[in-house]
Amino acid sequence: MAKVDALAGSRRSKSGWEKGGRPVQRESVRAPDQTWEDELTLQDKPAISLEHVSRRFVIDGRQVTVLDDVSFEVPAHGITAVLGPNGSGKSTLLRLVAGLLTPDSGTIEIGGERVADADQRVGLVFQEPRLLPWRTAIDNVAFPLELAGVSRAERRERATALLDLVGLSAFARAYPQQLSGGMRQRAAIARALARDPQILLLDEPFSALDALTRERFNAELLEIWQRTGTTILIVTHSIAEACFLADEVVVLTARPGRVAARVPVPLGRPRRDDTLDSAAFSRAAATIRAHLSGSPADIAAQEAAAAPVSDVLERAGAPAWFDPFGGPG
Amino acid sequence: MWRTTVLPVLAAAVVFVVTWKVIAVVGNFGVFLPAPEVVGGRFLGAWLDGTMWPHASATLVEIGLGFFVGAGLAVGIGYLVARSRLAERLLSPYIVAAQATPVLVLAPLLVLWLGPGLAPKVVICALIVFFPVAVATMVGIRSVDRRLLELGRSLRASPRQVLVHLELPAALPQILGGMRVGVTLAVIGAIVGEWAGADRGLGVLINIARGSLFDFPLMFATLLTIALIAVVLYLVVLLVERALVGAWR
Repeated sequence: MAKVDALAGSRRSKSGWEKGGRPVQRESVRAPDQTWEDELTLQDKPAISLEHVSRRFVIDGRQVTVLDDVSFEVPAHGITAVLGPNGSGKSTLLRLVAGLLTPDSGTIEIGGERVADADQRVGLVFQEPRLLPWRTAIDNVAFPLELAGVSRAERRERATALLDLVGLSAFARAYPQQLSGGMRQRAAIARALARDPQILLLDEPFSALDALTRERFNAELLEIWQRTGTTILIVTHSIAEACFLADEVVVLTARPGRVAARVPVPLGRPRRDDTLDSAAFSRAAATIRAHLSGSPADIAAQEAAAAPVSDVLERAGAPAWFDPFGGPG
Repeated sequence: MWRTTVLPVLAAAVVFVVTWKVIAVVGNFGVFLPAPEVVGGRFLGAWLDGTMWPHASATLVEIGLGFFVGAGLAVGIGYLVARSRLAERLLSPYIVAAQATPVLVLAPLLVLWLGPGLAPKVVICALIVFFPVAVATMVGIRSVDRRLLELGRSLRASPRQVLVHLELPAALPQILGGMRVGVTLAVIGAIVGEWAGADRGLGVLINIARGSLFDFPLMFATLLTIALIAVVLYLVVLLVERALVGAWR
């Protein structure tokens, strides 16, 4: 915790570089015994809201609708996962929220304000690390601060704290090509957090990692989330990843991307490896799977099965038929 | 170091000198192809008695100035052409045409226009350096990873920041590759410029040795000096390259 305090402290003392100051709400770290339902009452207005968002692209002279009438909200300090098959416009959706693209219709708001061009309230983690190969890990993490004109000493201090947060302190002076794929993505997450964003957007961040590394990274991402209190919107095509991380999973259909369902994941926090084996996890995963396959009969069957959710907070329950990471942990 | 660097270099030099000696003896070219030991002796002599240095220094100045002017312009214009369609349309025909125009023809004209001093040699060097560096810059800037540029945009980098922090570092390996070619060409440019009219320089020394002194060993010693200058300059660019991009490539 001391490290996080250091982060927050440096931010409060010198805030010249933080555009669009926000109410500092670092106290969002949950107590372990708090339930998912308690969290809902803690959450005030949505951090992100999308209303009837559509986006078309011209591909080979043909207009293709990539996203069609997409609406959902992401609660403040919550984690929402967007899940969909390839071509469902997941990455487009993330770029719209980041302000790198503009919607053809509909509105996207962050904290009640319209998203601006390249919105600085978000931190982006891309599918690939996208580190600058000529900069060391620490200089890569400090890059957003350098662009914002933060002094060298403050950059150094903050980048060091962030590298510590993602467990890369020992590799501060390493160049990206000297780091493993996982380490590079850690550095990319640290960089995305550099300007202390209200919202962290992740675009299939762990898809290039092997299954075991990926499982560990998801757990670490949750830890980082608990320590920083950012709102997270993560795009993924892994049902297990979505269920493990998110409070709610937004399922998109294939092109054009529409919201097929918004599936709540009624699991407590903190979530651990054994969360993956609980019945509630399995049910959420099965419901999502049914929505993805899109057959109405499947969906009805799954919803009927999921109806008596008396053991909402059950963890480490009956072994799941659905084992996302192959084999008992 | 000894095994991997010095030994191969020495071996190649020995093979070169032996081949030279064999051709000189067997070919029976007489005075027109002096043996390597004759040229070597004349080379040392010319450096020691102060014949070579004034000419070599004059040529080095021409190469240095010409290279910096030419490479500097090339990076700027290459960037412009890479990033602006209009600039490409306007400039690229002239860039190619200038490259295709024989410097050999241009050199005497430049001396007529600019006088026999330093200026025409610098212009010729710059002209000859320009093309490879401009093309390398163009290719380098065009091939900058779009995903890095998107990162820059997401962080609201200013155009200047994109240039300084993303485009130039990303294109630097290619630009330096173009400079490696350019610096050796600059040596040729300087000699050609001197042949068109000068009172000093290694090109002048070659003319004097061949035409008035009939001192073929001196001519070959001068050629050796020119070759060594090219090798050293190439190595300098290589070292700069290693210092700038060696750590991360």
